Amino acid sequence: MSERVPGENPPDRLYVLTGGRTEPATTRIELITIVVARSAPQLGDPPEWRRILNLCSSPMSVAELGAYLRWPVGPVAVLVEDLLKKQRVEARAPGPTAVLPDRALIQEVMDGLRATL
Amino acid sequence: MDSARRYEHEDGPDSGDRLPSTVEQSVKIWIGGGLGVGKTTFIASVSEIDPLSTEAAMTDLSLGLDDVTLVPDKVTTTVAFDFGRITLNKRLVLYLFGAPGQERFRFVWDDLLAGSLGAVVIVDTRRLDTSFEAIDFLESKGARFVVAVNSFEGAQRFPVEKIRPALALSDHVPIVNFDARNPSECSSVLLKLMEDLQTTLYPPTALPERP
Ligand SMILES: Nc1nc2c(ncn2[C@@H]2O[C@H](COP(=O)(O)OP(=O)(O)OP(=O)(O)O)[C@@H](O)[C@H]2O)c(=O)[nH]1
Ligand SMILES: [Mg+2]
Repeated sequence: MSERVPGENPPDRLYVLTGGRTEPATTRIELITIVVARSAPQLGDPPEWRRILNLCSSPMSVAELGAYLRWPVGPVAVLVEDLLKKQRVEARAPGPTAVLPDRALIQEVMDGLRATL
Repeated sequence: MDSARRYEHEDGPDSGDRLPSTVEQSVKIWIGGGLGVGKTTFIASVSEIDPLSTEAAMTDLSLGLDDVTLVPDKVTTTVAFDFGRITLNKRLVLYLFGAPGQERFRFVWDDLLAGSLGAVVIVDTRRLDTSFEAIDFLESKGARFVVAVNSFEGAQRFPVEKIRPALALSDHVPIVNFDARNPSECSSVLLKLMEDLQTTLYPPTALPERP
C-alpha cells in the first residue's frame, strides 16, 4: 500500500470551504486543543462540518482530527474556528503555553505517568 | 497500514480509542532525534492508541527569501509527523509528538515544541551525531529536555560521563539509558523529564542561610 503523497490533499472542496485560509484568523487553536461538538450535524451542514462534528461527539484534539480526516492541521483548525464562531463546538484549551506549568499540573502529569509504569 | 485500517480511520476511532468525555485539559511533550533513532518506537510503546500521523503545511513567508525568489508563487510544503496519546487521569491528557528527523523539517519542530512541557531527544550511540541538530534546536529555544540513550543491539552501553562531553551537553541536562521498545522504560524517561522540570521550576525550599 502506497503512502499518500503529501500535498495531494486537501481536496479542492476543502480549499473552497476554507476560502484558502491556512490558519485560524483570530482564535488560538493548537494541535492539542480539545474540540467537542455541542450538537449533532444539522441539515445543510457541509459534509466537512458533519465529519468534524461526528468525530467530536466525544472530545478530540485537533491533531487527531487531522489524522482521522486525513487533512493537514491548518484547514482543520480553520474549520474548527468557523464551528466555534457558530457555537457548534466548544474548545477546551490546552495546558500551559507561554506560561510555565504550575506545580499542581506537573504533579498531575507525574502521577499519571507513574500509573503507567 | 492496510486498507481496512485506513477505512476505519476515516470513519474515526474505535470507541475504545476515544477520550473520556470528562477530559478538559491537554499537555504535550516533544520527541526528537535523528533519523531512525527510535522516535516512533518510543511513541508506540507508551501511547494508549496506535500512533497516528497527520500533516502540517508551511506556506510562503516561512520559506527563506531565496526560495521565495526562486518560486514566486505561493509555495506549500507539507510534512507528516506522528503522535501518540496517554490519558493521565479523567481530566488530563498528554500528547507525544514525534519531530520528523530531518532538519529541513525544522519549521514543524517549532510548531510541535510550542507550548510543550518539555522534550526528549533520543540518541543512538552508534550515530550520536544524528541527534546534534535536535539538541542544538532545543538549546536555542531554551527548552527543557532529557537525552534518552536508546539501546540498540550491538551498540555499546556508554556511561553517561562519556556521552555528556560527546554531545557537548550542559551538566543540568539529564541523560538516561533506555530501550524504546519497553513501555515502562519509556514512561520512566518521561517521568525523568517531569522530575527535572519540577526541581528546576520549584526547587525544594532551601534552608535559610546562616547569617
Ligand atoms: N534493537 C532495537 N531496535 C530499535 C530500538 N528502537 C527502535 N528500534 C528499531 O529501529 C528502527 C527505527 O526506529 P523508529 O522508531 O522507526 O525510528 P524513528 O526515529 O521514528 O525514525 P524516523 O521517523 O525514520 O526518523 C525500527 O526498525 C525499530 O524497530 C531499540 O531500542 N532497540
Ligand atoms: Mg518515525
